[in-house]
Amino acid sequence: MTTLVPRPSDADSPRPVRTPADSVVRVVSAKVGLRTRFSDIWRYRELLAGLTRKELKVKYKNSVLGFLWSMLNPATSILVFYFVFQVVLKNGIPGFAVFLISGILCWNLFQNALPSACVSVVGNAAIVKKVSFPKEILALASVGAALIHMGLQTIVLIFFLGIFRWGPAVAYLPLLVPALLALLVLTAAIGIFLAAMNVRMRDMQHLLEVGLQVWFWATPIVYGFMTIQAKVAVSKSVVYQALWVAYRLNPVTPIVMTFQRAIYARPSPRGANGVRVPILPEHVNQWWYLWQDLLVLAVGIVLLALAMMLFSRLEGNFAEEL
Amino acid sequence: MDYAIQITGISKRFRLLHEQYSSLKERAIHFGRIPYDDFWALRDIDLDISTGETVGLLGRNGSGKSTLLKCVAGILQPTTGEIRTKGRVAALLELGAGFHPDLSGRENVFLNAALLGLSRREIELRFDEIVSFAEIEEHIDQQVKYYSSGMYVRLGFAVAVNMDPDILLVDEVLAVGDELFQRKCLDRVKQFQQEGRTIVFVTHSVDLVRQICDRVAVLDNGEMVACGLPGEAVRSYREHLQLHQREEEAGHAPAESAEDDDPWRDSAIRITGVHFEYPGESKPPLMSGKPLAIHVGYRAASPVDDVVGGLAIYNSDGTNLYGTNTDLLEVDLGKLDGEGEIVFHLPTVPLLDGTYPIIAVLCNHALTVTYDMRDHEDWFEVMSFSKTLGQIELGAEVSLRPSAAALDESGAA
Repeated sequence: MTTLVPRPSDADSPRPVRTPADSVVRVVSAKVGLRTRFSDIWRYRELLAGLTRKELKVKYKNSVLGFLWSMLNPATSILVFYFVFQVVLKNGIPGFAVFLISGILCWNLFQNALPSACVSVVGNAAIVKKVSFPKEILALASVGAALIHMGLQTIVLIFFLGIFRWGPAVAYLPLLVPALLALLVLTAAIGIFLAAMNVRMRDMQHLLEVGLQVWFWATPIVYGFMTIQAKVAVSKSVVYQALWVAYRLNPVTPIVMTFQRAIYARPSPRGANGVRVPILPEHVNQWWYLWQDLLVLAVGIVLLALAMMLFSRLEGNFAEEL
Repeated sequence: MDYAIQITGISKRFRLLHEQYSSLKERAIHFGRIPYDDFWALRDIDLDISTGETVGLLGRNGSGKSTLLKCVAGILQPTTGEIRTKGRVAALLELGAGFHPDLSGRENVFLNAALLGLSRREIELRFDEIVSFAEIEEHIDQQVKYYSSGMYVRLGFAVAVNMDPDILLVDEVLAVGDELFQRKCLDRVKQFQQEGRTIVFVTHSVDLVRQICDRVAVLDNGEMVACGLPGEAVRSYREHLQLHQREEEAGHAPAESAEDDDPWRDSAIRITGVHFEYPGESKPPLMSGKPLAIHVGYRAASPVDDVVGGLAIYNSDGTNLYGTNTDLLEVDLGKLDGEGEIVFHLPTVPLLDGTYPIIAVLCNHALTVTYDMRDHEDWFEVMSFSKTLGQIELGAEVSLRPSAAALDESGAA
C-alpha cells in the first residue's frame, strides 16, 4: 500500500514561468497621452476593419437590394436636384448631373459617417461596458463604412460620366488624394468629438441633423462657388461680408471644389446660349487647390488631436453613463 | 519580483446624478450644473500581483470588487492612481459581450476576438479549437440570434479562453451555465494556473476561493480590508459580513431587543451571559480542530431544581450543526441558586473557518418551560488554513491500493 503524502499547498509548488504572449505593458490611468492613444488605435487596426465590415454587413443584412441601396440613394438625390435646379429653376449649369455628383460624392462621406459616428458609442453600449479597447475605433468604423460607400458611389459617378461623355481634368486627378485624406481626417475628428459628446448629451444627434442640413447648403454643391462670390463682390453690406468670412471658413468647401475641379473639370463652361457660367475660380492652378487641401488637412489634424483629447477625458465615464 | 499587475493608489469616484439630465435643454435650464453626489467606489487600493499568481477578490455586493476588476481590465478609468498590466489581458465579464445577433457565429468569433485584441491570423489559427470547444460545429454559420442561450455563452467563453491571455480576469461568469459547463470553465481556469498564467477573479463563493486562490483580497466599502492567504481573508470577509448584518439589524429592528419585549424577564432563573474559552490559546479565533469551552452564566433569584441547560451550534446559513443539553449528556444540574456557570467542554471543534452563532437555553426537564434563551446572540469564529471544502474537517488521507492483478503485471514487467 502506498500512502500518498499530502502535497504542500499549491502556492508553494513552483509554477512554470510563462513568457507573455504580448509583452506590452499597458497602463490604465486617468492620464494617458495622445501618443499612446494613437498607437493603441494602430494596434487595433484589424478591429477597425472588422467593425467596418460589421457595420456594412448589418446595414444590408435582410435587405433585398443590399449594397444597391448605397448607389440608389445618391442617384435619386441627383435626379431630384437635377429636376428642380436644371429643369424647373433653369440654373444653366451645363452637365449639371456631373457637377452635382462630383460634389455629392464627397459630401456623402461626411453625411453618412457623422450621424452613425455620433451614435457609435451609445449604440455599442454592450461592448463599451464589457470590453476594453480604444473606443475611438467605434467612431472610426463609421468613417470606414462611409468610405466604402463612397467607393460604391463612384460607380454611379462613372456611369454618369459615361452617359454625358464627360472627361475629367487629368492634371487635377492626383489632387483627389490629398483632398480625400483631408476629408477623412476632418470627418474622423468631428465623428470622434460627436461620439464622445453624445454619451453625455443625447441631443447631439438631433443637433447634428439640423447642423448637417445647414452645412450642406453652406457648401457649394448644388450651386457654384463663384455664384456666391459674385453676389458678395457687388454687395457692400457688412452682414454679407461677415457671412462671406464664415462661408470661407467652411473646411469642406475646398475639398468639394477640388473634386469638382478634377471631375467636372470646367471652371466656367459655356451655357446653352453661349454665355460663360462661372462656377469655380478661373485663374488658379493645381497648386492653389493643393494648398487649400493641405490647409484643411492641417486643420483636420489639429481638430483630430483636440477631439481625441476630449474623447480620452470623457471616455473614463462611458461605462458608467451608458 | 516580476509583477503581472501593479495597482497603485487606485481610487474611483462615481458621480451619481440626482436625475438623468442628459440633454442640452436640461443643461441649459440648470446652467450646466447638475446636482450630484460623489460616491467613492474604490479608495486608495494598492495591490501587486505577481506573474502566475491566482488572486481572488471577495466582498459584499457593492464593495467595489467588480469596479476594481473593470479598472484592471481597462473598461473603467480610475479617478486617481495607475494600473500597469504586463501581457495580454482577457476579461470574462460577460460571455459573448459584443456578439451581434445579425451576424453568423463565424463572423462574431472574428469580431469578438478582434475586440479582445487578436489579429486575424491568430484568430484563424485558433478558429477550429474555438468552435470545437464551444461544441457548435454545425451552427457556426448560422446567425447568432438563432442560438440558444447556452450556445451563445459557450461560444463567448470559447473565444475568451482561446485567445491565449497572460492575465485572465473573471467576474462571476463561472456562476452561469449548467453544472457541466461550470466544471469545464473551472477546469480551464485550473489549466491556466498550471500554465503559469495570472488570474484575478471576483466571486462570492468562499469554497471556490479556498479551492483555487493563492491569495485573496477582501474589499469592503471600496477599501481593501484584508489581503492574504485564503483562510485569513475568508475569515475577515465573514467578519465584515457579520458586521454589516448586525448594523442592518440594529438599524431595522431596535425595538426587538428592548427590555419590554423580553418574554423571560420574570423567570426564576436567567442567563447572565455567554462567553467562550479557548483552552491553550488566549484569544479568538479558534483554530480548526482545537478545543473550546462555552460558558453559560446563570443567575437564580430563588432556588430552582428543575433546570436543563441546552446548547446548539449553527452555521451562518442557519443550519443546525450540533445540539445537546445536560439531560442528553446525563448530567443532573440539581438545585441551582444564586449565580454560576454551566460550562460545555468541546474537546475538538472540527469546523472549517467561518462564524458560528449559538443558542444557549435554560428550560425544565419536560422541555415545557423555557426559563431563558439567547438565540443567535453569541457566536464564535473558527479559522482554518486547510483547503478543504464544506464545513467540517474530517481529515481525510488517501491511500492507493492497486488490485492484485495490476501488482502482478507490474511485477512481471
